[in-house]
Amino acid sequence: MEPFTLLRAVAAPYYHADVDTDELIPHRFLRKPLAAGYGNFLFHDKRRGAGEREDPDFILNREAYRRAQILVSGPNFGCGSTREGAVYALRDYGIRALIAPSFADIFSANCIQNGVLPLTLSERDVRSLCDFLQAQPGAEITIDLPAQTVSTADATTYRFDLERSRKIRLVEGLDEIGITLKHSQDIERFEAAYRARLPWLAPARGTS
Amino acid sequence: MMSTTARTLLKKVVDLHAVARNDDGDLLLYVDYNVVHEGPFYAFDGLAREGREVARPAQTVACADHYVPTTGRDKGTAGIKDAEARDMVERLRQNAERTRIVHFGIDHPQQGIMHVVVPEQGMAHPGMVIVGSDSHTCTNGAFGAFAFGVGASQVKHVLATQTLWVKVPRAMRIDVQGELAPGVSAKDLALAIIARIGMAGGAGAALEYCGSAVRALSMEARMTLCNLTVEAGARSGMVAPDEKTFEYLRELPYAPRGADWEAARSFWQTLPSDPGAVFDSEVSIDGSRLGPMVTWGTSQDEACEVGSRIPEPALIDDPGRRARAERALAYMGIAPGTPLTDIAIDRVFIGSCTNARLDDLRAAARVAAGRKVRIPAIVVPGSRTVKRQAEAEGLHEVLLSAGFEWRDAGCSMCTGSNGDLVPSGERCASTSNRNMEGRQGKGSRTHLMSPAMAAAAAISGRIADVREFIGS
Repeated sequence: MEPFTLLRAVAAPYYHADVDTDELIPHRFLRKPLAAGYGNFLFHDKRRGAGEREDPDFILNREAYRRAQILVSGPNFGCGSTREGAVYALRDYGIRALIAPSFADIFSANCIQNGVLPLTLSERDVRSLCDFLQAQPGAEITIDLPAQTVSTADATTYRFDLERSRKIRLVEGLDEIGITLKHSQDIERFEAAYRARLPWLAPARGTS
Repeated sequence: MMSTTARTLLKKVVDLHAVARNDDGDLLLYVDYNVVHEGPFYAFDGLAREGREVARPAQTVACADHYVPTTGRDKGTAGIKDAEARDMVERLRQNAERTRIVHFGIDHPQQGIMHVVVPEQGMAHPGMVIVGSDSHTCTNGAFGAFAFGVGASQVKHVLATQTLWVKVPRAMRIDVQGELAPGVSAKDLALAIIARIGMAGGAGAALEYCGSAVRALSMEARMTLCNLTVEAGARSGMVAPDEKTFEYLRELPYAPRGADWEAARSFWQTLPSDPGAVFDSEVSIDGSRLGPMVTWGTSQDEACEVGSRIPEPALIDDPGRRARAERALAYMGIAPGTPLTDIAIDRVFIGSCTNARLDDLRAAARVAAGRKVRIPAIVVPGSRTVKRQAEAEGLHEVLLSAGFEWRDAGCSMCTGSNGDLVPSGERCASTSNRNMEGRQGKGSRTHLMSPAMAAAAAISGRIADVREFIGS
């Protein structure tokens, strides 16, 4: 996984509450191989109208935001279906960080698994960041993950919190299975004790 | 050892499964069952690429549900017209055979939606940790399990290690007292709870549903309630196990038997939250005051009782919610102030992991009996087991003679991934779980409601109050 340290990039303001994963990638694209380029499907039904024609008003279709690597949005971002395809679509499009007042639980876990930073700021800070980005279309902002700051060209700096384990995984690009397998002996010990305590769970009689 | 601290059901289940802890206090939890559908093929691909194996094949269950057709099933995989959909079902079978996991494939006599199959096979027990590649895995919480959905990477993690790193959720208690009125179901209760606490009202929490109204629910109704927990942003929903839970499980294929049954039952009885256990937050609801609920917007908290009018966005104080309501009504093509029962419906879908169990089909059939539908309406049982049970009771005859279509089992028109779509611009009365833009097909408009309400809509051709059909 590509490590995430310092990111200076165009940020697109898309302040809506409850942006769900169906909106991020409609279900009909989830049968496609990753090689199809999931970035093409990101926000598909918002980005494209009849005959696949681009909607010129959609934020990522505006010239200033086409190369955005940061998306700024509203609370409960990524709610709904567990589909990790939503993160694959963001990542493949080039989005490496999301800024919002809150993220849905499953979605933010999926982000971490794919080296995408789900960055939480207060609702007030997110709104003021959106105001700045609307006033200066195409402005770049800087996310410094080790320092846990977001800064804009007008010298505003926002601090953000992130659990230590998530931060380390992103900064070092660590594979979680590798981390867990260091606990292999713990898992085996646990399992033996668990089975002794709940012997009826001895696996399974197969399908009926 | 006796614990001196009163613990919640959630805490007991989490403690029972904790293998290790990291610096943030996240726990490495042992997973009893990992359930997958066709979607997370990336997980199997990744595992193969990394040269890893499935750690506990007998604790991994694969269900073909999202991409299976609901007609022409006698032809098996060959009956799937869309090549990519066929490939999804086929790939699940190949991955299941290669990794020797439990597989309820398209031809299996017990095939169905994963959240219907796992409980009805007796796989979901009180006190288990169950994860799945689908957000509605929380359905299994109806048994007192800690159950939740994960993305493909975390599915892969569980495949490889039979464990998962979990941030322990807050415990939130939803206390529902009183008795639900006739015509009011677990679906209505769930929609009322979401409307009350909001789409993110349960964020970071596991909800425990309790109170007399919850105790009175059947196991199937508890599954409906827990199923919709994720729509309030919560990680998981749980109901403490009781005699109903044990009676439901008894004799099911994967339930313990004989001496094991008695030992398991004694253990399960220790799981309910202790008196005095502390919850991080609590919500009380008077169940007796609820009516049948219908969603009018494009999120599940945009719902109101069937006798109401569509809200005026201008009267919503919060600017974010106001803007969202305006956007929703524009998409739904409904004017503020319209009585819900004036809204004409184009088609009806009775199905999904939320509302396609035997109880649900009985409720729909009671309303349909002796009447005729005015619009296209399909009934899609949640599993082939449910379908056989319903047919043994003659429910299919009641529904067929009322003009409903009687289909084979799968997720169907809830997500439309198998091609069962609501055409653009059409309005669907649906017993499923999501109503966001395009959920049932690009441009589709969804009104969520209970099976009885959906049957009433099919017969009326518009949103209707089911209480006028059952004479309450």
